[in-house]
Amino acid sequence: MNTKRLAVLAAAGRNLILTIWAIFALFPILWMVLCTFKLDREMYSTTFFFHPTLDNYVNVLVRTNYFKAFFDNIIVSGGAVILSVLVGVPAAYGFARYNFKSKEFWAGQILGFKFAPEILVVLPLFMIYQKLHLIDTYLGLIWVYQLITMPFLIWVVRGYFEDISLEVEQAAQLDGYSWYQVFLKILLPLVKPGLVAAALLTFIFAWNSFMFPLILSGFSVQTVTVSSLKYLASDTVHYGQMAVAATITVLPEVIMALAIQKHLVRGLSFGAVKG
Amino acid sequence: MRMQTESALSDPISINKKSANIPFLVKARPYFIIAPALLLTIGILYPFVMAWYYSFTNYSFSSPTYHFIGLDNWIRMFSDEDFWHAFLVTSKYAILTTGSEMLIGIGIALLLAKSTKFTKFLKVTLVFPLMVAPVIATVIWQLMTNNSVGIIEKFLNIFGIYNFPWASSANTALFTAVLIDIWVYTPFVILLVVAGIQSLPKSPFEAAQVDGASPWFTFRNLKLPLLKPFLYIALIFRLMASLQESAIIFALTKGGPGDTLMNLSITAYTKGFQFMKFGASLTYILFLWFVIALISNFLVGRWLAVQKQAAGN
Repeated sequence: MNTKRLAVLAAAGRNLILTIWAIFALFPILWMVLCTFKLDREMYSTTFFFHPTLDNYVNVLVRTNYFKAFFDNIIVSGGAVILSVLVGVPAAYGFARYNFKSKEFWAGQILGFKFAPEILVVLPLFMIYQKLHLIDTYLGLIWVYQLITMPFLIWVVRGYFEDISLEVEQAAQLDGYSWYQVFLKILLPLVKPGLVAAALLTFIFAWNSFMFPLILSGFSVQTVTVSSLKYLASDTVHYGQMAVAATITVLPEVIMALAIQKHLVRGLSFGAVKG
Repeated sequence: MRMQTESALSDPISINKKSANIPFLVKARPYFIIAPALLLTIGILYPFVMAWYYSFTNYSFSSPTYHFIGLDNWIRMFSDEDFWHAFLVTSKYAILTTGSEMLIGIGIALLLAKSTKFTKFLKVTLVFPLMVAPVIATVIWQLMTNNSVGIIEKFLNIFGIYNFPWASSANTALFTAVLIDIWVYTPFVILLVVAGIQSLPKSPFEAAQVDGASPWFTFRNLKLPLLKPFLYIALIFRLMASLQESAIIFALTKGGPGDTLMNLSITAYTKGFQFMKFGASLTYILFLWFVIALISNFLVGRWLAVQKQAAGN
C-alpha cells in the first residue's frame, strides 16, 4: 500500500517537472505564433483573447523586404546543401570504404572546421572576398556555408555507408555491375533515408547561420536571420511584425525536424551517437 | 572522433595492397572522390593561415598600407584589461550555459525514460527550440520579456515585480543571455541522453534488481558509467559552441550594456569591424581558437577512453 502511494507520488512529481519544462520550452513558440495574429495596439491590453487579424502577415510580406530575405535564404542554404551533397557524398564514401594514408587526419581536418570559431574564419575571409568581389553575392555565401554543411554531411553520411555490409557491394560487382553502377544503383538508394535526413538537417544549420551573412552579405543578398535584427535593433513598436518575421523563419524548420525525427540524434552528434 | 570501424580493414579495393592488376584510375579513385570536398573546404582553410600572418601586422581596414610588427598585437592583448574581461565573460558564459544545460538535460532525459503518452509527445516536441536560429530565439524572448507587451512581464506584475530589466541592465544581462542559450540548446543534451538511455542493455539492470541494489547504487555504478560516452559527446558539443557563442549575444545587446557581455568572439568582431583594427582583432580570436582546440582535444581523448570502458563492461 505504502509503496503504491509512493509510486503515484513519484509519477505525479515526474509529470509536474516535465510539464514545467514543456511550458518553458514550448510556450515561447506558441506565444510567438499568437502574437502574429494580434494588432499592435491590442498587444498592450490583451493577452490570450483578442481580435485575430492577418494584417501583420500582409505588412511583413508586402511592405518589407522580408519576402526577399526568405527567398535569398532558400537560395543560399539550398545551394550550399546541393553543392555539399554533390561533392560530399562521394567523399563520404571514400572515407568509409577506402584505406589510404592519413585518412583519419584528413577526416579530422574536415571536422575541425566545425569547431573553429566562425569569426576566426570570417575576418580574413572578408578581405579575400573583397578582393574577389564575392561580398554580397550568392556564390560567396554558398561557398562559405560549405564550412557548415560539408563537414556535417561527410561525417554523417560516412557512417551510413559504413553501416552497409561490404558483401552487398561485392555481390553487385560479381553480378557485373561497374563501380559507378554499384555506387549509383545499389549504395545510394540504401543510404537515401539517412542522406535526406542529413541534407535537411544541414539545410536547417545553413538556414540558421548568422555571423557569415552578417559580415559577408549586405544589401543585394539578404538572409532572414540578419533581416530579423532590424526588429530588435530599432525601438520598434511593431511587435506583431516581429512575431511574423520569427514565425515564418521557424515554422519550416519545425516541420523539417518532425520529418527527420528518427535521424535527429545521429545527425546532431555528427554520427558519433547512432540513435 | 569516430572509433575505427571494421570497414577500414575490409575495404573493397585497398590501395595499400601492391597489386599490378589494378589500373591507375581505380587505384587513385579514393583521392579523386575526396579531393573536391577537400579543395572546397581548404579554400576556407587559407584564411586561417592568413589570420596568423595578419595577427603579426598592423593591418587595418582604414589604411591601405600595413607592415610587420612582430608580437606587438599579442603583447598588447595580454596587457589589455579588455582582453581579461572578455576572457572572464567567455568562461562565465560557457560554464553557466554548459553546466545548466547538462544538469537540466540529464534530469529531464531521466524523467522521460518512463514511456507514457505524455513522454512520447514530449520526446517529439521538446526538440523544437533546437531548430530555432539563436538570433530568432532572441527575437522570440524579446516578445516574451518585453516590458510593455511581454507575457512574462505581465506574469511578474502579479507578484509586484515591475519593469524587470532583462538585457538592459548589467546585473541581469548575462542571466538573460544564458536563459536564451538554455532554451535553445538544452534539447540537444536531452536528445543525446534519451538516446543513451534507450541504448542501455537490459540484463545488468535486471541482475542488479535481483541482487537488491538500491536505485541510487544502480544509477551511480551502472547507469552513469554506461551513459558516459553520450554525456561526453553532449559536453564536447555544448562547451565548444558556448565558448564561441556570438549570435545570441550579438542579437541581444551587441555585447552591452557597456562591456557586460563582451566575450572574445564579440570583442574580436567589434575591434575588427567597428574600430577597423584588423590585425589586433585576430589575436583575440586566435587565442580563443587555441583554447577551444586544447579543450576539445582533451575531451575527445576522454570520450574515446570512456567509450572503450563502457564497451568493455
